Amino acid sequence: MSETLNLKLKVWRQKNARDEGKLVDYTLEGVSTHASFLEMLDVLNEKLIKQGDEPVAFDHDCREGICGSCGVMINGAAHGAQLGTATCQLHMRHFKDGDTIVVEPFRARAFPVVKDLMVNRTAFDRIIAAGGFISVNTGSAPEANNLPVGRETAEAAFDSAACIGCGACVAACKNASAMLFVGAKVSHLAHLPQGQPERFRRVTAMVAQMDSEKFGSCTNTGACEAACPKEIKLTNIAQLNRELLRASLCR
Amino acid sequence: MTNSIPFLRTTIGKKMLVGLSGLGFAFFLLTHMAGNLLLLVGPEAYNEYSYKLTSTKLIYLAEAGLVLMFALHVFLTIQLTAANRAARKTPYERGAGGPKRTSFVAKTLILSGLVLLVFTILHLITFKYGTVYTVTYGTTEMRDLYTLVVEKFREPGYVAWYVFAMLILGAHLSHGVSASLQSLGLTTVRNCTAKKIGWAFAALVTIGFIIQPLYLFFSGGAS
Repeated sequence: MSETLNLKLKVWRQKNARDEGKLVDYTLEGVSTHASFLEMLDVLNEKLIKQGDEPVAFDHDCREGICGSCGVMINGAAHGAQLGTATCQLHMRHFKDGDTIVVEPFRARAFPVVKDLMVNRTAFDRIIAAGGFISVNTGSAPEANNLPVGRETAEAAFDSAACIGCGACVAACKNASAMLFVGAKVSHLAHLPQGQPERFRRVTAMVAQMDSEKFGSCTNTGACEAACPKEIKLTNIAQLNRELLRASLCR
Repeated sequence: MTNSIPFLRTTIGKKMLVGLSGLGFAFFLLTHMAGNLLLLVGPEAYNEYSYKLTSTKLIYLAEAGLVLMFALHVFLTIQLTAANRAARKTPYERGAGGPKRTSFVAKTLILSGLVLLVFTILHLITFKYGTVYTVTYGTTEMRDLYTLVVEKFREPGYVAWYVFAMLILGAHLSHGVSASLQSLGLTTVRNCTAKKIGWAFAALVTIGFIIQPLYLFFSGGAS
């Protein structure tokens, strides 16, 4: 395997939300196979800056796969073809010399493009603000052993809590549905004693917000589960459906 | 004060209705397929069954239920599909390949459904509202549906279209049944059970329906 790659890139360039945008071809030589995908884009940007061109805008923060900031469509797959990997943790060794790589933003009506590969994902923040929280008194930390949680329950809650809110599920879904995200958030708190007081109010408010943000609905294709860098399972969607039904019947 | 939408107006509530009506129709298909296997027994068995089924008053209730479920299923899926298409204005340049590719059948349920909608209408015209032959067993005169079925299933073109439509039905059910179970929240920790149930059900119904025209076509049927 060669240590460096020569790549052809087709990158989505869009000046602002109103601009139409188009794919622009670039060639990039001598990309290290040890670089992450974002580092490859950094190299492209350095080249563009040296040429006096506008660098490609993309979201990123921790670059450790845990913050949920980054994410682009790489050859049609959210975060690229590797399973359970965020764009920042995708390494260039998964590509071959001479490859053409199409890089597009996460697309959904609810995620309008801000610039180039950056999209506005505040729709997720509004869904969380609608009900994805628990109300507790601040002050001294409570005694942890006052609220016993069984191991199985804790693990199930944590599996859902692993969601980093990157939006890959929406991007990969043919319907641009946010069900996996909302399912993960609702399931996480529904498992835990702290989540019980607001359980029904939470799910109704979050679903109402999700629908008003104009995300599509779920057709159970499983594209979200495959795209998720944290491998959130489709069963979270089934739980969301159950929670909403229960909340509607029991209120 | 929290925001809320009446359950049946949420996308989740609508999906549950789609799932319920779909499962209701799937159950009907199972009974329809099983009943029609009497075609393989002979004309008298089939015609007697058909006569018993249609001579009770309950048939009107059952038919009304089927029409209602069918209309609800079609209306809601078209409404949801329109909203889903609107949820992404700019399409992607490229679709996902490799491990992140999703099943073609799952993505095209609305299209297989459309074929089934056309098939169902034609199916009712051909058989339910088709030529009425009569036959008398003992003292009872009844509709000879068997003769009409055999007449149709002797035409190679009709058999080909019928088998094609049943394969489409199989594809629709192979995703639809498990997806309905998921929409209704009936899948837990592992969702492979729902998938297996869906596949087994689709295979059973499809094979059962396909055997009938093929048997009558190749045997010529009893006259």
